Formats: sequence, C-alpha cells, structure tokens
Amino acid sequence: MTTLETPMGQNAGEGRRKASALAGGLSTAILSRAAKDAFVKLDPRKLTGNPVIFATWIVALLSTVSAVAAVANHQAAGFAIQVAAWLWATVLFANLAESVAEGRGKAAADSLRATRVTTNAKLIIDDKTGTIVPTAAHKLVPGEVILVEAGDVIPTDGEIIEGMASVNEAAITGESAPVIRESGGDRSAVTGGTTVVSDWIKVRVTASPGGTFLDRMIAMVEGADRRKTPNEIALAVLLAGLTLIFLIAVVTLLGLGKFSGVALDPLVLGALFITLIPTTIGGLLSAVGIAGMDRLMKHNVLATSGRAVEAAGDVDTLLLDKTGTITFGNRMATEVIAAPGVRPEAALRAAVSASLADETPEGRSIVELGRNAGIVIEVPEGATSIAFSASTRQSGLDAGAMSWRKGAVDAVYRSLALDPKLVPAEVSAAVDRIARSGGTPLAVSENGVLVGVIHLKDVVKPNVKERFADLRRMGLRTVMITGDNPVTAAAIASEAGVDDFLAEATPEDKLRLIREEQGRGRLVAMCGDGANDAPALAQADVGVAMQTGAQAAREAGNMVDLDSDPTKVIEIVEVGKQMLITRGALTTFSIANDVAKYFAIIPAMFVVALPALGALNVMHLHSPQSAILSAVIFNALVIVALIPLALKGVKYRAIGAGKLLSRNLTVYGLGGLVAPFVGIKLIDLIVSGLGLA
Amino acid sequence: MNWQGWAEIALTLGLAVAIGWPLGSYMSRVWNGERTWLDPVLRPVEAVFYKACGVDPTKGQSWYGYAGALLAFNLVGFLVVYAVLRLQGVLPLNPQGFPGLSGHLSFNTAISFVTNTNWQSYAGETTMSTLSQMLVLTTQNFVSAATGATIAAALARAFVANRGEGVGNFWADLVRTTLYVLLPLSLVLAVVLAALGLPQTLVAGVTAHTLEGADQKIPLYAVASQEAIKMLGINGGGIFNANSAHPFENPTPLTNLVTAVSINVLGWAAFFAFGRSVLARKDIRALVVAGMVLLSAGAATIYVTETQSPPALVAAHVDASVNMEGKETRFGAPATAAWAAMTTGASNGSVNGMHSSLMPLGGGMAMFLMHLGEILPGGIGSGIAIMVVMAVLSVFVAGLMVGRTPEYLGKKIEAREVQLSILAVVAIPVSTLGFSAIAAVLPQALQGLMHAGPHGLSEILYAYTSATANNGSAFAGLTANAPWWDATLGVAMAMGRFMPIIAVLAMAGSLAAKPKLAPSAGTLPTDGGLFIGLLIGVILILGGLQFFPALALGPIVEHFQVLAAVAGLH
Repeated sequence: MTTLETPMGQNAGEGRRKASALAGGLSTAILSRAAKDAFVKLDPRKLTGNPVIFATWIVALLSTVSAVAAVANHQAAGFAIQVAAWLWATVLFANLAESVAEGRGKAAADSLRATRVTTNAKLIIDDKTGTIVPTAAHKLVPGEVILVEAGDVIPTDGEIIEGMASVNEAAITGESAPVIRESGGDRSAVTGGTTVVSDWIKVRVTASPGGTFLDRMIAMVEGADRRKTPNEIALAVLLAGLTLIFLIAVVTLLGLGKFSGVALDPLVLGALFITLIPTTIGGLLSAVGIAGMDRLMKHNVLATSGRAVEAAGDVDTLLLDKTGTITFGNRMATEVIAAPGVRPEAALRAAVSASLADETPEGRSIVELGRNAGIVIEVPEGATSIAFSASTRQSGLDAGAMSWRKGAVDAVYRSLALDPKLVPAEVSAAVDRIARSGGTPLAVSENGVLVGVIHLKDVVKPNVKERFADLRRMGLRTVMITGDNPVTAAAIASEAGVDDFLAEATPEDKLRLIREEQGRGRLVAMCGDGANDAPALAQADVGVAMQTGAQAAREAGNMVDLDSDPTKVIEIVEVGKQMLITRGALTTFSIANDVAKYFAIIPAMFVVALPALGALNVMHLHSPQSAILSAVIFNALVIVALIPLALKGVKYRAIGAGKLLSRNLTVYGLGGLVAPFVGIKLIDLIVSGLGLA
Repeated sequence: MNWQGWAEIALTLGLAVAIGWPLGSYMSRVWNGERTWLDPVLRPVEAVFYKACGVDPTKGQSWYGYAGALLAFNLVGFLVVYAVLRLQGVLPLNPQGFPGLSGHLSFNTAISFVTNTNWQSYAGETTMSTLSQMLVLTTQNFVSAATGATIAAALARAFVANRGEGVGNFWADLVRTTLYVLLPLSLVLAVVLAALGLPQTLVAGVTAHTLEGADQKIPLYAVASQEAIKMLGINGGGIFNANSAHPFENPTPLTNLVTAVSINVLGWAAFFAFGRSVLARKDIRALVVAGMVLLSAGAATIYVTETQSPPALVAAHVDASVNMEGKETRFGAPATAAWAAMTTGASNGSVNGMHSSLMPLGGGMAMFLMHLGEILPGGIGSGIAIMVVMAVLSVFVAGLMVGRTPEYLGKKIEAREVQLSILAVVAIPVSTLGFSAIAAVLPQALQGLMHAGPHGLSEILYAYTSATANNGSAFAGLTANAPWWDATLGVAMAMGRFMPIIAVLAMAGSLAAKPKLAPSAGTLPTDGGLFIGLLIGVILILGGLQFFPALALGPIVEHFQVLAAVAGLH
C-alpha cells in the first residue's frame, strides 16, 4: 500500500465507510424504480427460473379467469376478485423484493458508468518521436501505448511502462488520497476511470474494449450475469420439490373430495395450493443473494460471483499475511535496555540521537519512544547523518565531537572492536531475550562506547486476538503467513492467537499449503496483492485481491477489496455466513407457516359438507371465505414484511453452531409456527370487520 | 387406560431397541466383512455362493452397478414368483390341491413379496400350496429383507468414503445379510416359537369333530419357521388370513410379546449397525431417539383412542371404557395399540387385531405412521436409509441457519443430495394420494369397498398407503382381489420400493465421491436434543403434512363425528 498519507494503523479501523460509488443507501428514486420493475417482472418469461413464483403466477391467472367468468355470468364475484387480486399481489411483492435488492446495485452501476471516459486518449504511435494521435478510449486495444498526463483520466486498464505519477482512484475505491503508481514491480497497474493528479506516465493497454476493470465492476454491481449459486440451486430444488408435493396434495383433493361429497371450488383449491407452497422463501430467495453481494459492496469489496460470497461462508481455513493484517507491518521500538553503568535515560537519549536522521519507520519509532518518555532532541546544528549501508549495517549521527551509532548487534560490536565474549553479561542476556521473543535487537553506541540495546518488535495490532477467538468459535482456523524465521513467527503467532503459522514462506509454500488444506476437504480463503500471489489467489476458494495490487493478482482472485485492507477477509466470511443464515431462516419460517395455514383453510373448505370438521377451526375464523382470504392475504403480506430482513440479513453471531442453531430455530422455526396463527386471526378480524368476506 | 397398559407398551417398544442395540454391532461387522463368531461355519458356505454365481465379493461396484444388480435380482425374483404362483396347480408339494392363481393376483403377490410388502389380496390358507408358501414366498421373505439391508450398507460406506468410487458389492451384502443375520436369527426364533406352542409341520391339516358333530378341516403349516422370518424380515405376510390374530400364529400373550418385539428388532439393529459402520454412533443414536419418540407417540395415541367410548357401546348401555371390536381378548387394547404402531412404523404389516376396527384416530395414526415413510424403524436397512434422508433434509433446511453449506456426517449436502432426497420421499405422496384420488371416483374400484363416507375413504387411503409404504397390513373392509386393485396396488408397491432405493443408492454414489470433512466448531451438531427436535419437526412437516387434507376427510372427520355421536347419546 503506497497511499501518500497513510497514518500508521489506519487499516485497523473496521467498517470504514467511504464515499465510493458503491456505498449509497436506499433512496426514494431507487424504490420507485424498483416498484416499476416489479411490474415489468410480471412477464412470465422472467419467472421461469423461480418455480414457486411461477406457480403463483399461473394460479393468479386462473383465478382471474374465474373471477372474470363470475362477473360475466352475473354471479357473486367479490370473493374471487379479492383472491385473484391478492394472488397477483403475492407475485408482485416477490418481484418487488428482487427489484429493491437490485436497485442499489443498478444505482451504483449508473454512477460508475458516468466515470467512463468520453474524452480522447493520447495514443503514442511512434515511441521515438513521441507522436501522439488522439483516439477514442473504446478503440484502444491491448499492446498499444498511451500517454497520460496530470489532469487526464486514465482511459483504460494498463501497465505503466515508463514514469511515475500520483493517481486519484476515488472513482473506483472512494478513497480520495492519491496513490503512487510507477513502472516495474507490483505498483505498475493502473485502472481506467482513475485520474492522474501529478506527473505523467506511459501506459501499455492491457484490457480489450469492454473488458476493463470498470466494465467488469459495472457488470458485477448490476448483477448482469447473476447466476444461481450452488446453495441457491439446492434450495430451489427443495422448493420445487415441495411445490410438487403440495400440488399433488391439492389436486388429489378433487377426487377425494368428490368421494366425500364435498363440492370443492377450484378457486379455493388454488388458494390452498399457493398458501402451502413456500412462497415466502421462493419470493425472497434471489433478493437474499443479491443483498449479500450488496453488503459486500458496502464493505467496498467486489465479488466476481455470488458463488464466491457463498464459499466465503463455508471457509474453514483463513490464510492471513502477517504484515498489515496481524501486525502493523513495521518493527517498532518498544524499549531500550541500558548497559551496566549507564543510566537508562542516557541510553534512551543516545538511542534517540542515533535515530534523529533515520527516516525509516524503525528510526521514527525510536524517536517516538523517546518522545513518549519526555525526551525531545532537536538535530544539532551542523550534524552529519551517517546513513545505513549494507556493509556497515549501522546508521547514526555525528555532531561535533559527539557521535552516535545504532545497528545490528554484531556489526556494532565489530566497529567498536568489542569481543562478543567480553560484552557485559547483562547486555548479552538482553540481546538473547529479544531475539528469542521474535524481536530484533539493535546495539547503540555513544562516542564509541556501548550504551545499550534497543528492542525492535513487530507490534501486533490491537483487537486481533479477540477477532481470532471469534473466528475460532465460528469454526475457522487461522494460519499466519510470514517471511520471518520460525522463531519470530512463533512468537508473533502466539501473541496474536492464530492457530498455526507458515514461516519463511515463499509463494510456492502458500500454494502448497492451500492445496494441502483443500486436500483435507477444507475451504481456504486468503488475500494477496503481489503478482507472485496470483497462483495462490486462484487456487484458494476465496481469493481476495487488493485493488492497489498487481494486475495479475486482481485477475486471479474472485474478490477485489477496493480499500486494499487485508483484514477485510474476516468481514467477507461474515457476510457469506450471514447470507446462508438468512436463506435458512426464511426457509424454516416459510415451511413452519404451513401448519397454521392448514388450520385456516382445511376446515373452511370442508365444513359445509362435513360440519364435524368445524372443530379444526381453532382460530375461530369468521367464515370459510374470510378464513381463506385471510390466509391468502397473510401469505402475500408476509413477503413484504420480510423484505427488510432479506435485504439486511439475519445477524450473524460468533457463538458456535449449536447455540446459533438453537437461537435461529427458536426465532424462525417456532416464530414461523406461531406468527401465522396470530397474523391470520388479525387479518380475519379486519376482513370480517370491513365486510370483505 | 391403566398403568399396566402403559407399562406393557413401554416394555414392548423398549425391548426391541434394547435387543436391537447389540444385534446392530453384529450386523455392522457383517456389512463391513469383519470377523464374526459364525465365520468358521458360514465362510465356506458363503464362498460356495460366490463361486456358483461367479461373483467376486471384494470387487466394489459403482452406485449404478450396485443398483443394476439389485434391480436385476429383484426382477428375476418377481418372474420366478409369478411363474410359480400361476403354475401352482401343476407343481408338486400341493397337498391341498389348490389351483394356479389368476394373472392379476399373481402379479400383485409377486410384487408384494419381492418388495418386502407382503400385501395379501388373498387368504393364505385357502390359496397357497405348501410349495408356494415355502419355496417362493419364504425365499422372498429372506431376500427381500436382505435387499432392503443392502442399501443401508451401501449408504454407510458412502458416508465413510473419502473421495471414494464404489459403494460396495451388492451380491456380497445380499449373501452376507441373509446368511449371517436373517438365517441364524430366524432359526433361533423359530425354535423359540415352536417351543411356545406354534405348529411346525408339513401335514396339510387335521380334521376336528366339532361339538355339533360336524367335521372341520383345520389347515396346518410349518407356522413357527414362517412366523420367525415374517417378523424378523419385517415381511408381515401371514400364513393365515387373520395373521397374528390367529391362534396358530400367535397363541398367547407371551408369543405376542416375543413376536411384537421381533417386528422392530432388526429395524433398530440396522440403525445401530449404520451408526457403527459410519463411525458416528452418537449421531445415529439421535436418529433412534427421534424415531422412538414418534413411535411411542403413535402407540400412545392409539392406546388413548382405543380407550375412548365407541358410540355403539354407549348406545347399547354396556361397558364402553375400551373398544374391543376387532381385538383378541387374550391381548387387549395395549398390546394391540403397541402392535399397530410397531407394525406400521416398521413396514411390517402383520396385525394382531383389525385396523379397520380401531377408533378413527387410531386407524388414522396407523396410516400416518406409514405416511412418514416407514422409518420408525422401518424395514431392515431401508428404514435407516430413509431416516438418513430425513436427517439430510433437516440438516439442509436448518443447517443453513448456522451459516455454512450444510454437512451431515462429514459430507456436504448440495443440490444433488437435496434432489435425491426429494425423489426418495416423494413416492409416498404421489402414489398414495394419486391412486387414492383416482380410486375414489372410479366405479370399478369402489365396488370392492365395504363402507361409504369417511370410513370408506380410509379403506382406500389405507390400502394405497400400506402398499406404497411396503407395509402390507390391510384395513379390512376392502376386497382387493380384483383387477383394478391388484394392478394399481402392485404398481404402488413397486414405486414405493424402487424409487427410494434408486434415490438412496444414487445419493450414496454422490456422497461417496465427496471428501470426508472433519467437524469443526462451525459444524452443525447432529447428535443433541436440538437436532432430535428439529428432525422430528421436519419428519412431521415435510413427511406428514401433505397428508393432512386427505386424513381430514377420512379418519379426522370420522373422529369428530364419533365425538359428536357420543355427546349426542349422553
């Protein structure tokens, strides 16, 4: 991450909200468009993918026909008209759920489209002379080289081949602080739609027209090629099966009823059928999936498919890079141990003085440590800084007669001509202790005398331990990946509370680890940004690439984090779980509803011919017609009532599977059993009170 | 109702589980090909079978290879039974001189015995020759039971496999289950029953001189041995028309206890065997508990309803505290209630009282227990297999609520498993409700009916339920030996048997190929009280709810009519 103004530890903050195109709320504009779309979706061709709602559509049509026939024959049609109207409402409400869910994505897509470049790109047709031809952005093909200067919008995706520039990527990420992009290395990728703020770059086009990151992003947020996820398919199969079973249960009543001398109105059979089939989850299923993608977008994460989001919920093993995720990424000074005979304060002053000219994060952390202890030293006049070099492996400051050095312990000893065996035992012990704990010891000298040892430490971010404990309760194993040696890695791993670590890891090791985990039947998530992470990202079940990362990484992963925050993977897992939970909760609720509906409709259907069955009317509904109408109305309204839950998702709690199940089963299973008894009774009171049936 | 009655029911139901437990361990060893103490005697016999049939028992089959072998074996079985029944009149061992059976009755009976249903559209003692009884029907009693067991063995292997290919060898499972489990146990039970007074003879019958001076011909058979496999094999087809209400099949309360327990013992044993074979004893014990809860509730309901006051008794001003119509006085209401629940919960189909004479809700409960899919504990193996299907559906519906793709016993439950689960459970509503609805309006079907109104509808529903669920018990009152009934009940039996079998084996194939996952803190626990409650809910709602409208028109409305009639008399 090379943002220009990165305050240390900023990415430890959770749930950062940015003004990106993706983070909009539900506006009235979105809602009114959704309402319109709900009617457009009445087109039966759009419903064939959803057997439950398609069946409702057919029954609504048939009941409309029967209502029209009743009107034409001058029969009492009030009941038939109402049933038909509420059946259409059921379909509309299901459509509404889907279009509201799609609404935010569509709005986001619109604002992204607006950032597409309409101005001409500066195509370099002759590199030697630098001849430039203005060319429309959509005509650029891979391999061509363009010039982008300060103030220009980068027309398409590409790789910097020459130059360096600061680029404002707010259009994509919402982050207004510009980032540095330069040729060579992992920072060479630029994204179409972003703006060069200063300097200039030559960019080789890598994306074909229509295949840019922005284009893919628009397609993703819009859900243009939304495919059903494996879990959605499985659930759809179950719902179709239930629909079939209830179709049989209802249709066979024609014969069984005739035998029993019950005259059955097809309209009532249709109503029974619709109330029994799982219209609630059938109507909300796709909304739940879209809303899941949407929630990820709010976290500024783009998933290439719903499948990836779902896989996130199933992840068993999380590979986390140590740097930036578990630790701040820079070693920081945590203490200075004075040599025997040296006052601690003097040792600290010497350490600070040696670091005054050191602009590395380590050096600044030593100055910071001094400042916290009340030691503030200005750089003396005429001081010369001694820069770190690979041969001396130390740095420092010379000011007049004074000189301070700090550096690798053995290097400092050598320059002081100290025999390591003759070093005071206290100092040797401190050096050993620091090394054993995974830290880095630096020796400090003042005027050629060893005064102390600085303890540089990889500092673990606050709260990570708690988060890993949460993950463990969720059933996830965390594995820390680090280039450190095993001793350092073990120390940090135990401090951060990860389950396992991979030390001295190469990209090949990562890939091997992922394959091993997958071989044991586990799903693996990881995040990465370097080009050498690409194979591992592609192999992982959930691969989160950083937006600031290399192009290869962004293409290999199935998610892109626009904030480039490696801790985000934890939120991604939670979003995935939440989506699955929401589906399960609504399915359970929907199925549990059937019990009450039977008790409403069965007595109503049969009571005229078989008065004894009036005993089943436990809700004491007003009349057979009001009972049936109330059940149909409840069935329609419950979809609307649950749209917010479908969009927001059932809250995920890291309390372990058993507790989570008992909680959700109580709320949605038991609730689903009881709610319709209350709801249908209330509606019946209203319906009979208004004299509707 | 009294405490003795409750204790009798509890003892009967409980003994079956208690004996099934250790038997399950043994059955699992048989399925797994482990050493058993019968090996010295039976290994050589087993080897002879394989050699004679040219089968390599160690060679694993894919699920369709396994299913193909199973279907082929059953088809041949069907053809043999059909041929023998048609030709009975000209075949030997026919001391009674019975003629061959009609085409439709032979078709119905052949399917009935091949599918382990043992629905009998005939009275055994006046229809079947000794050859038919002993050779073809008894053979099917053994091998049809073993066929059911094979699917549980295959499914268990699928759950154990880690990216495996095969589901085992059908021929080995068939031979081993028959040879190591059914034959020895039947032998023991037959000796016990003979000792308790059941006839065991090849004599055609004896002639008795009645008090009125008339001669009565009393038919005799090898009853004890038939009875043993009829119970253990969860077949239920009796030699005598009165089945286990007949004094030769079930003479005393003690034989009643022994035979009632043996209805369920191997069904439960298959549960425990499955648990041992898939290394998930605790999870499968949860299934046993769920099954026992439902079965006990069923038995309790029947016992309670049988102690309701029947209107006719109230009207006659006699003791109306218990409904003794259709019951044997030597057994009484509790024994009949326990038996009715156990036989319908277990796809057995034997009866020790007339189910048509049960109070409406009692008869309805017997039907409902069959509607649930014969999983309480169902047939040997076929019961646990469908119970696992129910568990798979429960895990799928509720498992999502813990935020993971559902898993059961370390296998992910995905679209294919859900699809096949639906296929496995859909046969019962399709066939039961479908055929019943047609029969309810078809004149040639209605000719066989004794009653009109709700009880008549119950007769129709019961017949198709019993056939589809491969139970075989009859709700007396229906004369089923007519072309319509024989044909459609035959088709119902085949649907109810082979649709679930194919679905379960296909699921085994799909599960076997998946990696075996280790449980984590995020995995839904499937061995606790919560899961048991969930499973019971799913069985009732997904397995039973669709029958509610039909039952409302039959036993439920009749129940309320009875209540109203009794209230009117008071």
